[in-house]
Amino acid sequence: MVVLWTDALIYLLLICGAGFWFCVRGRATMQRPIRKVGRSKTGMVSLTVLLLFVCIGLLDSIHFRTDEERSNEIISLLDYWASPIRQNSEKTYSAPFSAYLFGKELMVVDEGAQVWGYPRLKHGAAHLADPDSDLASDVLLKTVTGLAEGFVFSLLPLSLLWLSVRKQEDAWLKQSTGKTVIIVVVVLISLVFTAIELSAHYHILGTDKVGEDVFYQAVKSIRTGLVIGTLTTLVMLPLAIVFGILAGFFHGWLDDVIQYIYTTLNSIPGVLLIAASILMVQVYMANHPDDFTSLIVRADMRLLFLCLILGVTSWTGLCRMLRAETLKLREMEYVQAARALGVKQGMILYKHILPNVMHIIIISVVLDFSSLVLAEAVLSYINIGVDPTTYSWGNMINGARLEMAREPAVWWSLAAAFLFMFTLVLAANLFADTVRDAFDPRRAEHE
Amino acid sequence: MIHYIIRRLLYALPLLIGVNILTFVLFFVVNSPDDMARMQLGQKHVTQQAVDNWKKQRGYDLPLLWNEAGQGLETVTQTVFYQKSVGLFWFDFGISDSDKRNIGADIKQRMWPSLAVALPSLVLGLIVNITVALMMVLFRNSYLEFSGVVLCVILMSISSLFYIIGGQFLFGKLLRLVPISGYDGGFNAIKFVVLPVLIGVVSGIGSGARWYRTLFLEEVEKDYVRTARAKGLSETQTLFRHVVKNAMIPILTGVVVVLPLLFMGSLIMESFFSIPGLGSYTIDAISSQDFAIVRSMVFLGSVLYIFGLLLTDISYTLVDPRVRLS
Repeated sequence: MVVLWTDALIYLLLICGAGFWFCVRGRATMQRPIRKVGRSKTGMVSLTVLLLFVCIGLLDSIHFRTDEERSNEIISLLDYWASPIRQNSEKTYSAPFSAYLFGKELMVVDEGAQVWGYPRLKHGAAHLADPDSDLASDVLLKTVTGLAEGFVFSLLPLSLLWLSVRKQEDAWLKQSTGKTVIIVVVVLISLVFTAIELSAHYHILGTDKVGEDVFYQAVKSIRTGLVIGTLTTLVMLPLAIVFGILAGFFHGWLDDVIQYIYTTLNSIPGVLLIAASILMVQVYMANHPDDFTSLIVRADMRLLFLCLILGVTSWTGLCRMLRAETLKLREMEYVQAARALGVKQGMILYKHILPNVMHIIIISVVLDFSSLVLAEAVLSYINIGVDPTTYSWGNMINGARLEMAREPAVWWSLAAAFLFMFTLVLAANLFADTVRDAFDPRRAEHE
Repeated sequence: MIHYIIRRLLYALPLLIGVNILTFVLFFVVNSPDDMARMQLGQKHVTQQAVDNWKKQRGYDLPLLWNEAGQGLETVTQTVFYQKSVGLFWFDFGISDSDKRNIGADIKQRMWPSLAVALPSLVLGLIVNITVALMMVLFRNSYLEFSGVVLCVILMSISSLFYIIGGQFLFGKLLRLVPISGYDGGFNAIKFVVLPVLIGVVSGIGSGARWYRTLFLEEVEKDYVRTARAKGLSETQTLFRHVVKNAMIPILTGVVVVLPLLFMGSLIMESFFSIPGLGSYTIDAISSQDFAIVRSMVFLGSVLYIFGLLLTDISYTLVDPRVRLS
């Protein structure tokens, strides 16, 4: 097993998240908003979709070296399971569910005569003798099989779950939100099974310029999107929390210095700061080729740097909000009472200030996620995003955008990237809205 | 008021110096002037002579931050950092590293195409967003509002690249209404500017209208609105006479802060539509690693941002008599 830097940080993030959950779950102040999120249908459904993405991302974060003698490449668990799709590459473009290449070629038929036509694909629909007549029915059959398999597969654990809560009258699963979530889970699992079933025989979303399966690329890009959305937060949070609370709580020179730092960072146009830092990293990598032996390690390092840089450029907003809130809180009666009773300042910060700004932190973390995922695509377009060899939606768009000028247009790479990105961002946005409604005390009054 | 403005302007100085130091360090911490010269000269085997010449011509032949050989103040002044930074405060940007063009003249020339796209996008966007938001507030707690909110979330979940690529494909390639990209001077510019402006407005509706809706809703709950209703004004009258006026305060100040930055143009739009504005200028500079241009643009951006903040504070006092500068 090989642990890349981003993998390690993802595991760390998971541990932090789990720890945070267990700390917070018991707190009375957190229970009301958490229950409110749990009651919201949109919130829970989008959370389910997000969890599917996270599962795929996690599968893609367990890396190991292949055993084969000749190649010493690092692949992930997801790559291993998707080996057929990964290796079944065609010559060049082919449309979704097509049995033929996109471009015409000179082919040699049986008697040695040459024909100008569309050659059959090596892997897509290769099991069909006569694709023109059988393709539609075969796709339909495989879809139905996949859906049925997924349905049966998801019924087993769900029925066990149902049996376990059968006695409890007020179980969450028995409420309407719970029932909706169960339906969504069944649908999602069925869809996953259908995708697996179909992608074994077809290129569901076509192939790209070098003949690689677009569906595989889009699925691989999930991890990149999630890493950028979450690891940036991991970088940003400590900076914003520590600086924001300190600046608000201790007046004087500390406040001035911190304000100076974040105004300076803020006044530099964000893109330029990111560009300058990425240039720096590129030069460093070019000067130290020995440290980055494998392509994937190099790409991973660049992804990590991108997260670091995005984190450094994006903590200022949260920091300012936390400072303002702390300024307000330190004048509150309970903080003054604690001070009068002789509670140490560190204890006041930890016990009284931090829990009361927690809702701001949670809200801004979920709100930032979607904008970071969208930002990745834009940055990749200006070539200051992730490494060009990394699978990411930005790189897919960047590589395919000129192909729209073709006649007829090659639309599937773009469509796949936009569709996946849209699903993830929409789910994240909807979830963020629910979380904001639940945690924001100003909105809580209108219940 | 005057005192306040002067104090703010003086406060801008350390900020700008900080910005300059940061950009300088970011550029040169791994990248020595020699590396830069080699990259700009382009060939694999450049003689040291050529590198020295390049550095001499562009003033990179001094020590970076600290001149050991200098006397007294010269330890600081006879450095690349000092020589390159001081001019910026007089908006003397010097010459670019790659082709020795005058950056100041380039900026003056490229400012207008940037403005031609950015200003109409802002104004139209504002009008459309406020209209949509007002409609949602007027029909609040109805299916119309609900579908509007859903539509906004969907619109803001779509990548901005999708709007651009989709717009170019639909209007430029399929319908052939406007040229796909390019730019021309004078009134011919209109046909090139229409599509970027349209796309800019559409891609902003989701987040913009949603944000304005929350601002309006916050006002609608207030006491003076209830009073207005109680004295018999209709819902539309209350909305337009009272709510809009008060909600305009945060909207206006939010617009004022971005006004100066309009000069900088939009990086993405300009490079997609090949508009020769400051945004594409910056992108070109980034990809050719032209330190002189990037540094100038960072400086210009910071000045405009700080100026925008100052304008915001001043505009607050103008529109909201409760706010006083101190």
